[in-house]
Amino acid sequence: MSSNVYPAAHFRSFDQQHEASELGMWGFLCTEILFFGGVLCGYTMYRLLYPQAWVHGSELNSLWLGAAMTVVLLASSLTMALAVRAAQLGQSKAIVVFLAATIALGVVFLALKGFEYYGHWVHHLVPGFNFSGYQAPDHPQVALFVVFYFFLTLLHAVHMIIGVGVLSVIAILAHRNRFSAIDHGPVEIAGLYWHFVDIVWLFLFPLLYLVGAHQ
Amino acid sequence: MRFYAGIFGALLVLTALTTGVAEIDLGALNSPVAMLIAAAKATLVALFFMHLRWSGYRMRFAAAAGLLWLSLMFAFVLGDMATRNIPAQPAGWNEAAASAARSPLK
Repeated sequence: MSSNVYPAAHFRSFDQQHEASELGMWGFLCTEILFFGGVLCGYTMYRLLYPQAWVHGSELNSLWLGAAMTVVLLASSLTMALAVRAAQLGQSKAIVVFLAATIALGVVFLALKGFEYYGHWVHHLVPGFNFSGYQAPDHPQVALFVVFYFFLTLLHAVHMIIGVGVLSVIAILAHRNRFSAIDHGPVEIAGLYWHFVDIVWLFLFPLLYLVGAHQ
Repeated sequence: MRFYAGIFGALLVLTALTTGVAEIDLGALNSPVAMLIAAAKATLVALFFMHLRWSGYRMRFAAAAGLLWLSLMFAFVLGDMATRNIPAQPAGWNEAAASAARSPLK
């Protein structure tokens, strides 16, 4: 496989094709903002009703584990940005190397997430299955916080898994020299998606880990 | 490459800052400070990693539209919560009964 010589028939130039696909991705990201936004809106509503339970709930999460996951995800965003830069310069080998690094960091994040879920499971902090690990009088409200924690992080983790799959396909295409300095739209829009998922986590970190850390 | 590494460095500093500040009790400012730092990090990622800084107006418009719709959703929900008509308390009404009535979980 090699890179295309001409843009798709309905585009005047690769630049125009490129901008159209990027705009399409931003349109999709708008729907994603509202997708996560709906859950975050519910989170905010119940946080205003039960502020103290939210403090107690966030203390069930490890601040340092959350910070470590944030750093891993930020590093994956850096390697993703470098992969896009390599694509703009037409360096196929560098694209593959940086995408492999991004995928590896994404898998490390998911492993840390799995480790964290395992901790909640063994400490009986999974509402709906076994929430006997928290016995204080406000346990129904704290359970609600933990439900939001699981929904938000699972939704985010699903996006990460999809992202890892997309980047794997892009890496294989780059390995087959599908992309060139003028024709590399798929690398850029996969990058937009990855960075967006990173941004979601940047907000989840203070909302799920830092509410009560100071108490 | 050095430029992207610089942005990454700034993001790490902000992460350390928000984690460190979380150990200090700022009272009512706890959440605003944490969310402000998160917004600053998100802005760095969007402007430089997602290239919005160099994108045309169409891309910026699309990104702004997402935020506009999100703020509309929050504005209506929070506006509703802030302005709900709370009826006058009948005799014998106490705080425990009030919280039991408010809580859908009991």
